[in-house]
Amino acid sequence: MKAKKMKLAIVTGSTCEGCGISILDLNEKLLDLTALADIVYWVLAMDFKRHDLEKFKKKDIDICIHHGTIRTSEHVHIANLLRKKSKILISFGSCSCFGGIPGLCNVTNREDIFKAVYKETPSTVNTKFIIPQKKITHNGHELTLPELYDDGMALDQVVAVDYYLPGCPPQVELIERLIPIIKEFLGTGKLPAKGTVIAPEKNLCDECPLERENKIIDKIVRPHKVIPDPKICLLEQGILCIGPATRGGCGAQCINALMPCRGCMGPTTDINDQGAKMIGAIASILGVEKEQDLSSEEVEKLMDQIKDPLGTFYRFTLPVASINKSYKEKGLE
Amino acid sequence: MKKTNKPRKITIDPVTRLEGEAKISIFLNDKGDVENAYFQVVELRGFERFCQGRPVEEMPRIVTRICGVCPGAHHMASGKAVDDVYHVDIPSPAKKLRELFYCAHMIHSHLAHFYALSGPDFVVGPDADPAKRNILGIIEKVGLQVGSEVIKHRSYAQNIQGIIGGKATHPVCNLPGGLSKAINSEERKKIEDMAISLVEFSKFSLKLVEDVILKNKGYMDLITSDPYRHETYYMGMVDESNRINFYEGDIRVVNQRGEEYAKFKPKDYLNHIGEHVEPWSYLKFPYLKNVGWKGLIDGPDSGIYRVNSLARLNAAEGIPTLLAQEAYEKMYETLGGKPAHFTLAFNWARIVEMMYASERLLELVRDEEITSKDIRIIPTETPTEGIGCVEAPRGTLYHHYWTDEEGMIEKVNLIVATGQNNGPMCISIKKAAQSLIKKFQVKEELLNMIEMAFRAYDPCLACATHMLPGQMPLEVNIYDSQKNLFNRLKR
Repeated sequence: MKAKKMKLAIVTGSTCEGCGISILDLNEKLLDLTALADIVYWVLAMDFKRHDLEKFKKKDIDICIHHGTIRTSEHVHIANLLRKKSKILISFGSCSCFGGIPGLCNVTNREDIFKAVYKETPSTVNTKFIIPQKKITHNGHELTLPELYDDGMALDQVVAVDYYLPGCPPQVELIERLIPIIKEFLGTGKLPAKGTVIAPEKNLCDECPLERENKIIDKIVRPHKVIPDPKICLLEQGILCIGPATRGGCGAQCINALMPCRGCMGPTTDINDQGAKMIGAIASILGVEKEQDLSSEEVEKLMDQIKDPLGTFYRFTLPVASINKSYKEKGLE
Repeated sequence: MKKTNKPRKITIDPVTRLEGEAKISIFLNDKGDVENAYFQVVELRGFERFCQGRPVEEMPRIVTRICGVCPGAHHMASGKAVDDVYHVDIPSPAKKLRELFYCAHMIHSHLAHFYALSGPDFVVGPDADPAKRNILGIIEKVGLQVGSEVIKHRSYAQNIQGIIGGKATHPVCNLPGGLSKAINSEERKKIEDMAISLVEFSKFSLKLVEDVILKNKGYMDLITSDPYRHETYYMGMVDESNRINFYEGDIRVVNQRGEEYAKFKPKDYLNHIGEHVEPWSYLKFPYLKNVGWKGLIDGPDSGIYRVNSLARLNAAEGIPTLLAQEAYEKMYETLGGKPAHFTLAFNWARIVEMMYASERLLELVRDEEITSKDIRIIPTETPTEGIGCVEAPRGTLYHHYWTDEEGMIEKVNLIVATGQNNGPMCISIKKAAQSLIKKFQVKEELLNMIEMAFRAYDPCLACATHMLPGQMPLEVNIYDSQKNLFNRLKR
């Protein structure tokens, strides 16, 4: 008897396609996945068109993997369409889970991006400041482009998401965890609880190979200004490492290459805001025992040592951070 | 069919197998011939803007996310740019280790593109059953063993990048002054073993090209046919003897006859390259400033130039490794001399380059300095402005950063490989469409023929995605003048 197979769709927002490559890095295990599921939509691989996707009935697709940031009107349309057509929707990779690096666009807006890209960059020759248009008639031909939004968003800021698989890109070991989940669903119909993050519920520091002495430091050093001791915690050597506010499960690959964590796995479930957690961690390692007692002046002094706290603490999570809204309103960067 | 219902606009949306998003719109005139065709890139992320305010040493770790298929290229160009920002000349072992990483990166990209993407058109056949025109079709034709060899060697190329870069996709090793970590003798040996195997695999791939493509007159006629031929300028990086180099050198531009038109240091790129903007695409159109922007046309009066594999070989006078040089000579002999203007030959040139990257990889991993710990210096000068340039798998890549005296980014300029082929891709797609669509007759072959026109450029396509088994249909919707769906072609 031929085994029952799932229908699997892979769709994207604004993506670098590193997530797609990470799926290919399954190598021969990719065949385990395709033995369980027919891939019914994957723009990058399979040449199915929008029309094919629209033909699916409600909940006709079993599992939809979504990667990339929501950045344009087209991405919102695709997200809504797939939510409707899919039983299970998975945010795959840090862009879909938290907004990711493209979500750093939230420090600015469309107008400023257009100005930088199509006007101020020195190789651009564009005296009339022509910019891409949603709809334009060119030599009598009507051409359209999707609308670029001011802000980048995580998938769950647009539609409900069932599961999350973080990482930039997700590690093969974590992607492999999908296989038994699909098998179980095929066999018994059972699924993990909604909102489950398919990654360990432990902190990166818990799996970090470097030694910690719980010592207090008095200054922050930038990574290119020091050659670190390869055995000792980078943070305790004064190098900003986002490990204390970051979920483990990545294998500490950056740290194994002697580079500090930048938080691509996002926070663990008990942490509400990755950046706020990191500020607390830094306050304690800098010898400030009770960070909640700090005056705003003291916080400022502390932060002065840290170049670009926004782009460092929220590198992958700005669109979902509580700070996102407040600084936008104030027009701060 | 009433006359008023004749189709006037054809949309392929989305164009598939592209890294990023795009669509093709084709417009017919009253006679039903192609009046114009547009290749539209439909998104923008704006790294140039949101990198402002970031510390410059973080740039190599941020810009990798421009492309997950060629993050190694952005990481390298950025690494060189941040060295330049701090005015440091990194130690010789650091340069070698970066180039070693980079050879593996080129192999990964070229291998995946050839076997998973463009290869099926030739190995299986341009007019084969579309359902077989994919990696599975290749495996069927040349055997299961080859399939596992492809998977194995792709993973070798990824592993080598991972050993040096920390991660293969989105490496982290570059920072101002060099690399974060040296390799030890155990790692060196591992890389050497994989490099030996990659040289053999490249030899096998060249042989596959010869056996399957060169011995087939039909394929050769197609490669050299007019719809896929454009006379343009070509750009690529060369060493001091004008031989190709992916990591370091001068930029050489040759004209339609293969004569040197310009040769410049990467830092002088702004004197040579301008970028034009069209309101119907988010992607800009780079061109040779001193020739000028004349619209989307080829020829000596148009500043349109091409980059990527064949362009690099056209712009160079040879290859510094033995087997790749032999393959290079054979390719030009077969194609009727230099420069070769055949778009489809980019695919062949890619395998010649894979041979070079494998040989160079082996050379470097056996270099006595390669395990040296002298791979980093601490920058001491005040940061200002810096330019980093490498040959990305898809063409010349420029990163240019300006900082304040604390090393915080004030301005960023990026000229990426695929951008430079934006104009040529538009021209190629239009030419292929014009030769195939006449008097409202849209032939089935159009679909793959148009795809082949842009696929040869490997426009930052998610290279390896065709590794997945399955049917790969394509659909073209044809609309009448009232925008009603008039006909749907499907394969």
